[in-house]
This record gives sequence, structure tokens and C-alpha cells, in this order.
Amino acid sequence: MLYFNSFLFCGFLCLIAQLILDNSKLTPGHITSLFVVIGAFLDTFSIYDFIIKKVGGGALIPITSFGHSLIHGALAKTNSMGFIGIFMGMFDLTATGITAAIIFSFIFALIFKPRN
Amino acid sequence: MKNIKYERIASNHKAEENRVKNAVIAFLTGGVLGFIAEWLVVFYSNCFEISRSDASTMMIVTFIFIASLFTALGFFDKLVNRFKCGLLIPITGFAHSMTSSAMDYKKEGLIYGIGMNIFKLAGCVILYGVVSAWFFGMIRYFIGGAS
Repeated sequence: MLYFNSFLFCGFLCLIAQLILDNSKLTPGHITSLFVVIGAFLDTFSIYDFIIKKVGGGALIPITSFGHSLIHGALAKTNSMGFIGIFMGMFDLTATGITAAIIFSFIFALIFKPRN
Repeated sequence: MKNIKYERIASNHKAEENRVKNAVIAFLTGGVLGFIAEWLVVFYSNCFEISRSDASTMMIVTFIFIASLFTALGFFDKLVNRFKCGLLIPITGFAHSMTSSAMDYKKEGLIYGIGMNIFKLAGCVILYGVVSAWFFGMIRYFIGGAS
């Protein structure tokens, strides 16, 4: 059942993005930024946590989960550190993704020659 | 008069973008990626006997690795042209934007080229992600208290 939900949820997000892209003048940069903000907004009152519980891995792969993990780490840190925890825990959960993206893109850019 | 005629001829020859077909392709591509993501989480958590959250972190690293490698090899751009948002909305789009901007400015040197331009496209995602997470986090902290 999780497989089916993953297929539907991730496909649904991509469908919405494609509809916005085709029917307005927004670029992919606008749309990804918009989706990150939506992900952060949905996690403000733990809606996205509920979605992840129902959907599984399919909810972790769209860019909305990036905004979700930013705010989730920040709020988790406020338990122990209070208000300043929002600043301390911001990158706790997304650190892996950002580090991996930086390292891999740097190494591959050094190794491979750009086409045209 | 001439302009109107020209526009009419031009609109007749404009490439017809099939929106329905694009939407269906994006839905199917995104769905398949989500399916693979869930399968990888289950596979990693069974294979290495780790928790689901650790397995999902490894799954994200796997996707970033594959997207960066394919972009560097040069055929991810063609895939993006064909599947569009199906590949841009998942985390592969984030890795693709970073690797492609690093490759594009490689000829300008390590510092001025790669160093200054690697976050050119991915920077907006990080900036607005952090700003909105900070803003909504403040709201949640003062209204509801942290979970």
C-alpha cells in the first residue's frame, strides 16, 4: 500500500508543477522555490509528518520534503535549547542532502568535461 | 496590417505544446520515482538492518549521486527536456541544477567559475527554504509550542 501511495503522491506533485509550468510564465526556479515554501508551511502544524506516515518514501523525494526537514530539525532543537534552537537546528536533517549535493557535483564537475 | 498577417502565419507554425501529454508524462515519471524511493527505503532498511529514517537519508544520497553523475555524463538534460517536471520536482532536480551550473562555469576557473556559480540555481531553493522555515518556525514556537 505504501508503494501505491508513493506513486500517487509523488506523481500528483509533479502533475501540479507541470500544470503550473505550462499554464503560466513561472520558470522551474519559481516552482521549486514555491514548493519548498509549501513544504515548510505544511509542517508548521505537523501535516507533512502525517503525510509521511501515510505515504512513506514517496513523500521524502519531492523538494517539498526539503522545506519540511528544515523546519522539523529547527523545531526539534527548540525542545532543548528554547528560542535559539530555531537557528541551531535548521540544517540538522538536511545536512546530508546538501553535503552530498555539494561533494558529488564538485567532484563530477572536476572529472568530466562539459559537453558543447 | 503586415504585422497582423505575420503573427497569424507565425502562430500557425508555432510548435504545438501538448499540455495534457506533458502533464501525464510528468505524473508517470514522478510516480515511478516515488515508487523507486519507497522501494529503496525498504531495501536499505532490510539489507543493512537500520531504521527507516536512516534508510531514507541513504535513499536521498543515492538519488543525488545518480542525478549528479547523469548530469555530468551529459544526458540528464535530454531526459529533463522530455520528462520536464517529473524530474525537476524530486530531489534529482536540486542535484541537477547544482552540477549543471558547476559544469557550465568550469572554464572560468576553480574559484571564479565553480566556486562562485555552483549555488546559482540551487541558491534560491536554500534561501527561500531557510527563510520560510524560520518564519513558520517562529509562528509555531510562539503559538503552539514545539512538538
